[in-house]
Amino acid sequence: MSTQIPKQTEKADETAAETETDAPSKGDERRAEKRRRADERRRQREAEEAERAAADENTVELRVFRYDPDVEGKQEPRFDTFHVPFTKGMTVLDALMYARDSYDSSLTFRHSCRQAVCGSDAMFVNGGQKLACKTQIDELEEPIRVEPLPHAEVTKDLVVDMEHFYDQMEAVEPYFQTNEYPDGELEEQRQTRENREKIKMSTRCIWCSACMSSCNIAAGDNEYLGPAAINKAYRFAMDEREGEDVKQKRLEIIEQEHGVWRCQTQFSCTEVCPKDIPLTEHIQELKREAVKNNLKFW
Amino acid sequence: MHEHDVVVVGAGGAGLRAAIAAQEEGADVAIVSKLHPVRSHTGAAEGGINAALRDADSWEDHAYDTMKGSDYLGDAPAVEALCKESPEEVIQLEHWGMPFSREEDGRVSQRPFGGLSFPRTTYAGAETGHQMLHTMYEQVVKRGITVYDEWHVMDLVVTDEDDPADRTCHGVVAYDIQRGEVDGFRASGGVILATGGMGQVFDHTTNAVANTGDGVAMAYRAGVPMEDMEFIQFHPTTLPSTGVLISEGVRGEGGILYNEKGERFMFEHGYANNDGELASRDVVSRAELTEVNEGRGIEDEYVHLDMRHLGEERILDRLENILHLAEDFEGADGLTEPMPVKPGQHYAMGGIETNEHGETVIDGLYAAGECACASVHGANRLGGNALPELIVFGKRAGHHAAGREMGEAEIPTGKRGEWEPAEYEFEVDVGAVGDRGPAAADGGAVAADAEGLMEAEIERARERVEDLLARKGRNHAEIRSAVQETMTANVNVFREEEGLKESLSDLREAREAYTEVAVSDPSRTFNTDLIHTMETRNVLDIAEALAMGALARREFRGAHWRKERQERDDENWLKHTLVSWNDGEPELWYKPAILEGEAKTYEPKVRSY
Ligand SMILES: Cc1cc2nc3c(=O)[nH]c(=O)nc-3n(C[C@H](O)[C@H](O)[C@H](O)COP(=O)(O)OP(=O)(O)OC[C@H]3O[C@@H](n4cnc5c(N)ncnc54)[C@H](O)[C@@H]3O)c2cc1C
Ligand code: SF4
Ligand code: FES
Repeated sequence: MSTQIPKQTEKADETAAETETDAPSKGDERRAEKRRRADERRRQREAEEAERAAADENTVELRVFRYDPDVEGKQEPRFDTFHVPFTKGMTVLDALMYARDSYDSSLTFRHSCRQAVCGSDAMFVNGGQKLACKTQIDELEEPIRVEPLPHAEVTKDLVVDMEHFYDQMEAVEPYFQTNEYPDGELEEQRQTRENREKIKMSTRCIWCSACMSSCNIAAGDNEYLGPAAINKAYRFAMDEREGEDVKQKRLEIIEQEHGVWRCQTQFSCTEVCPKDIPLTEHIQELKREAVKNNLKFW
Repeated sequence: MHEHDVVVVGAGGAGLRAAIAAQEEGADVAIVSKLHPVRSHTGAAEGGINAALRDADSWEDHAYDTMKGSDYLGDAPAVEALCKESPEEVIQLEHWGMPFSREEDGRVSQRPFGGLSFPRTTYAGAETGHQMLHTMYEQVVKRGITVYDEWHVMDLVVTDEDDPADRTCHGVVAYDIQRGEVDGFRASGGVILATGGMGQVFDHTTNAVANTGDGVAMAYRAGVPMEDMEFIQFHPTTLPSTGVLISEGVRGEGGILYNEKGERFMFEHGYANNDGELASRDVVSRAELTEVNEGRGIEDEYVHLDMRHLGEERILDRLENILHLAEDFEGADGLTEPMPVKPGQHYAMGGIETNEHGETVIDGLYAAGECACASVHGANRLGGNALPELIVFGKRAGHHAAGREMGEAEIPTGKRGEWEPAEYEFEVDVGAVGDRGPAAADGGAVAADAEGLMEAEIERARERVEDLLARKGRNHAEIRSAVQETMTANVNVFREEEGLKESLSDLREAREAYTEVAVSDPSRTFNTDLIHTMETRNVLDIAEALAMGALARREFRGAHWRKERQERDDENWLKHTLVSWNDGEPELWYKPAILEGEAKTYEPKVRSY
């Protein structure tokens, strides 16, 4: 399902009903009982937290999107409120982890490095694509609204299905290719400092998919390669170590129907990229390269 | 059940390199990883990769530096393999397109690093690990290697002969995080563990949340000894709220450490009257902690690292990325205020015992990368030596598992070589706790053939998941944080008898608490509560072995400091610590370090710089 069309959940209910024709097993009963208890605990917790929040000024209020296709009571998307004690330097990810470990262990989100290198935790925070671990709480308006990335299927809570993003990344032959290596043993290919500088920003991508989620074109055209994949193509097309013949092939890939020409230079991707990659600029530059290249053959 | 020739568990630098090597050797290989490959923590490494590339340098010098850095607890055959093969592996990365920083003439740049006699650290800006990880993942995509991502490997499938040396590994059982199902991965050639670090054993670490030492714990429970677990590297300057690393560069440029009273304690309290802030990592870490323990810490937790006096221009020129780190992750502005820092767990020198081919004592089971202990780092790792370890030993394990003939290894595994039992009474109980039900399963079922064994283990893993989901009980998070608390309080840069004993009894309590653990999220979809609960069992096993090793080793070597004996004791301790699970009754034993190499015999010298 997607955050944009929340009504789709009814379908999930139907399929669930179909498969549950067998008499409920003991395990199912226990799980149902667990669910009831979990619900009760949640209500109790929210009341307690609100009380604490009233007593203690120094908490932040998070409103977090919840959805689980698998759990009764969570199949209808909803927002849960968490009050988290604020500490200096706290990021949105810290707050979510606190809420999970202290209040509700079923609160689900991807995260790993906590330092903006693994690209796991892009989400929609107060209406913008952000890396949760790189977003300071005290820079945000309260209550802080935390939702999964728009324009992606929601798997559960803040977790979205990344398959489509990965498919697009892999569609641009995202690996170094060259027909010529230096002869000497232990000899590297030469690359000028200028050329390395040119591709530097493009190599910083951490595959977080914030850019893809922010892009209107990608939202409307599922086959559009999207900013991150085009940036990946740029990273290789501009690398002087690859050679001219490989570059030809690369330009053909990005020039296809759902490639660079779809981009309408709205800059939304560039604005949200947590690695400050000038995505729109890179796309524009590839367009120019493609034009130059086509003129050559006319 | 899935079937492949070689199954690689983990997709960081070590796992990716292993998979590529196995495929090059003609094997049908699959990677099983709880994270998508590009999410692995190899991406966090900043500094660089050591490789003796240039004529004026030599692998022998690199080996000498590494041995000295290891405080003579590295094993020469492994150290020499690392240093000999790192150059060709680095060039291989370059040929795969890795964007290294360059010299004016277009060649790969190298810079000086602590403990190295030659500037041999190759790097890609301040994001070497990120570039290395992505470059290798690109090769995996190019080769069409199968990747099962977001599959959490729960346990190994290993036969249960009495002697671990007679056992065989046939595969792994794993839980599909997205779909909530358990399945098996059978490996006819071999399983390679490449699960990375174990920082989550401590509450403050530069490691990722996913670094829970799963591979080490799984191998341990299957009968492979854990080697040199007590050797943990702490980094003195990490940000208090997240553990993000502030590099040595700040102190190198002249950054100053202050306590709460504004004293420059490195000098004023006499920790390092000559070197001050530039003393070695462990000295600075201990100084910081002493300040905090004696009440001179800020908010009883950290000290200040001040670089304001360097001036805006110099800071922006040389340390700009530090400004971003402090601002993004700590909300601190390094230009106008001092940055809070404290010591944090950084790297585990120990791990799964292997030889220089990456083989463990169990047939068909390999390990490479931070989870393994070959040992190249001994008692202390030099900066820039972990990344080359990933590629050199990842490749070796991949080749061997895929059937390449590599000759007899020189490092004996298990009790095949010389060994001695430890004469140490732990006073507290260690190992498995009473209830050995499915929630605390430790692998090793009986079955006639590989197929049957796989089936039995898959079934057991399913029962374990069902049980964890169905039962009522305690949340794993409180147990994990109890473990982290006692480890941080007692098994950190300061280690003394009483504290270490206390940690063992705290860990015992945590183990008991874990018998009552339960998962409260009933979901079959992306149940991270369940994953974290299983990880916590691994954290427990590792913490205990670590504390045992730390308690037994009464000397100061490399990263391991003991109050009772603050000097290196070569007469008694030029040996590796090993802990065997022994079906729930952990056994501590030793084997000698191998100092005779191909280049020379590395005679222990005083480690002074
Ligand atoms: C901040 C930082 C900076 C560093 N800087 C340097 C440096 O400059 N130079 C240097 O040489 N070293 C450096 N190191 C050390 C080095 O980066 C690491 O030791 C190394 O990257 C570990 O790589 P790995 O492949 O062993 O593990 P990782 O990259 O951590 O990968 C582990 C993999 O195992 C998988 N996994 C784990 N458990 C399971 C399971 N149960 N089931 C399935 N999959 C699982 C994960 O998904 C992941 O893919 C640094 C470390 C840190 C933390
Ligand atoms: S280009 Fe930027 S926003 Fe897009 S995936 Fe890469 S890092 Fe994320
Ligand atoms: S947790 Fe890794 S990018 Fe945020």
